[in-house]
Amino acid sequence: MKNQIISILQQNARVSNTELGEMLGITPEQAAAEIQRLENEGVIKGYSVILDDDKYDKNTVYATIELKVTPQRDCGFDDIAKTIMMYDEVESVSLVSGSYDLAVKVRGNDLKDVAFFVSERLSTIDGVLSTATHFLLKKYKEKGIFIDGEEPDERGLC
Amino acid sequence: MLSVIDYDKALSGKIKKMKPSGIRKFFDIAGTMEGVISLGVGEPDFSTPWVIRKAAIQVLERRHIVYGPNKGLAPLRTAISQRIEKKHNVHYDENNQIIVTVGGSEAIDLAVRGLIDPGDEVLIVEPSFVCYAPLVELVGGVAVPIPTKIENNFKLMADELKSRITDCTKLLILPFPNNPTGAIMTREDLEPIAEVLRDTNIMVLSDEIYSELTYGRKHFSIIELEGMAERTIYVNGFSKAYAMTGWRLGYVAAPEPIITQIAKIHQYGIMCSPYISQNAAIEALNSCDGEIIKMTDEYNVRRRYLVGEFNRLGLTCFNPEGAFYVFPCIKSTGLTSEEFCERLLYEEKVATVPGTAFGESGEGHIRISYAYSMKHLMEAMHRIEKFLKKLEDEKNG
Repeated sequence: MKNQIISILQQNARVSNTELGEMLGITPEQAAAEIQRLENEGVIKGYSVILDDDKYDKNTVYATIELKVTPQRDCGFDDIAKTIMMYDEVESVSLVSGSYDLAVKVRGNDLKDVAFFVSERLSTIDGVLSTATHFLLKKYKEKGIFIDGEEPDERGLC
Repeated sequence: MLSVIDYDKALSGKIKKMKPSGIRKFFDIAGTMEGVISLGVGEPDFSTPWVIRKAAIQVLERRHIVYGPNKGLAPLRTAISQRIEKKHNVHYDENNQIIVTVGGSEAIDLAVRGLIDPGDEVLIVEPSFVCYAPLVELVGGVAVPIPTKIENNFKLMADELKSRITDCTKLLILPFPNNPTGAIMTREDLEPIAEVLRDTNIMVLSDEIYSELTYGRKHFSIIELEGMAERTIYVNGFSKAYAMTGWRLGYVAAPEPIITQIAKIHQYGIMCSPYISQNAAIEALNSCDGEIIKMTDEYNVRRRYLVGEFNRLGLTCFNPEGAFYVFPCIKSTGLTSEEFCERLLYEEKVATVPGTAFGESGEGHIRISYAYSMKHLMEAMHRIEKFLKKLEDEKNG
């Protein structure tokens, strides 16, 4: 049940309780209660919107920044990660394996904005050894959604 | 173009009498319109599982893409035999009781042509897939429909069967899980049917192409019942279960005397089924059970959604337990199936199939396929809801 709810919500978090109930073979009230439970347990952290930025706001700039950092005594990477994630510009922070440590996704109004953020905010944090900034040029797919739109299903029509 | 030949005279009378499939009618109109979404197709929206496609690619990389044995590649026949035995505990000998066919469609054609002489009667459970009656009529047989009713959950009832049996009855076509109703037949439903048939010389053509797609309970085949494998031609295929429609591969399993005879039709008419597809199908049978479960789980979510939505909107919808169709009743709108589908297409741009395409007993229903993404289905249901509101407003003047 849990997996099915999550899978349905991942495709479309805006389904109504009635629709969700129908899909799962339960009442709308039960569907609402299941979601409530997943939210209370903290399994579901929130719901967000996936935008086509070309259509919404052409100026927004995204970048992924690779950070190499020195782990801190007692708390490893957590302190640095927590410091970074407090900035509004930061969309996501993840600890990764491989040639760098933290992957930081940043949003800015323009290139200068992001550049300033990296040089003045990120690089200056204690323990940050180096940064590599990759600006996002085009987004094809996000969270399972095709940004350019899916091919319509035209089977049976041509 | 100048024509010196009279094609009307050139063509067979039987062919000219044959009606084109009613499924296509609205799609041909829909194809000329903008922004139409379809709920009509009878094929999975999933891709053929990658391991199956990969197996086909490996065959393509070999040097020889060749004919194979008439009855199909030996390892495939073995895998089919094992599959039927695992599912139904009935053994078919891979050498002389199985033919690999070009889709389930060819298997049906072989069975009908192999059994029916002019004047023979064939009982066809309706509503059902469109091919049976035309194929029967092509060989001069007489198609005798047995309508099923919603009050019997669209199951075949023994008394309905019995009352249509005559001295000329040769074959019963038993299409379950059913397209378009989604009805299934359980062991308890089939027992009385078998009882009627056991004392007769009537054969059964059991079209079980949707057998992997059932929801809640496992498919039961009539071949499992005492004395019934002997009088049954079992038809199945890869299209629906493995999302392999375009590969054109099915099979027929039957008693040896039947297979020996119908193998000749296949031999002369088809020679052998596609070599690449047959190799891919071996992979399907050997390693894709998990894929079937994944697909049926997804179909099940859509099925419940559609049944729930139609009932919520006031179109009583029979709870289908198999295949990938729902068959809601539209009688409450006061429209015929054809009118409903036509107006829905022109006014809200949703293409569906009228129940009458599957036999007269389909009147009052429409067939909706859920072999579509949930997003597609939700959009379609929103349009249908709008359409029904409009009909309601018209009624209230």
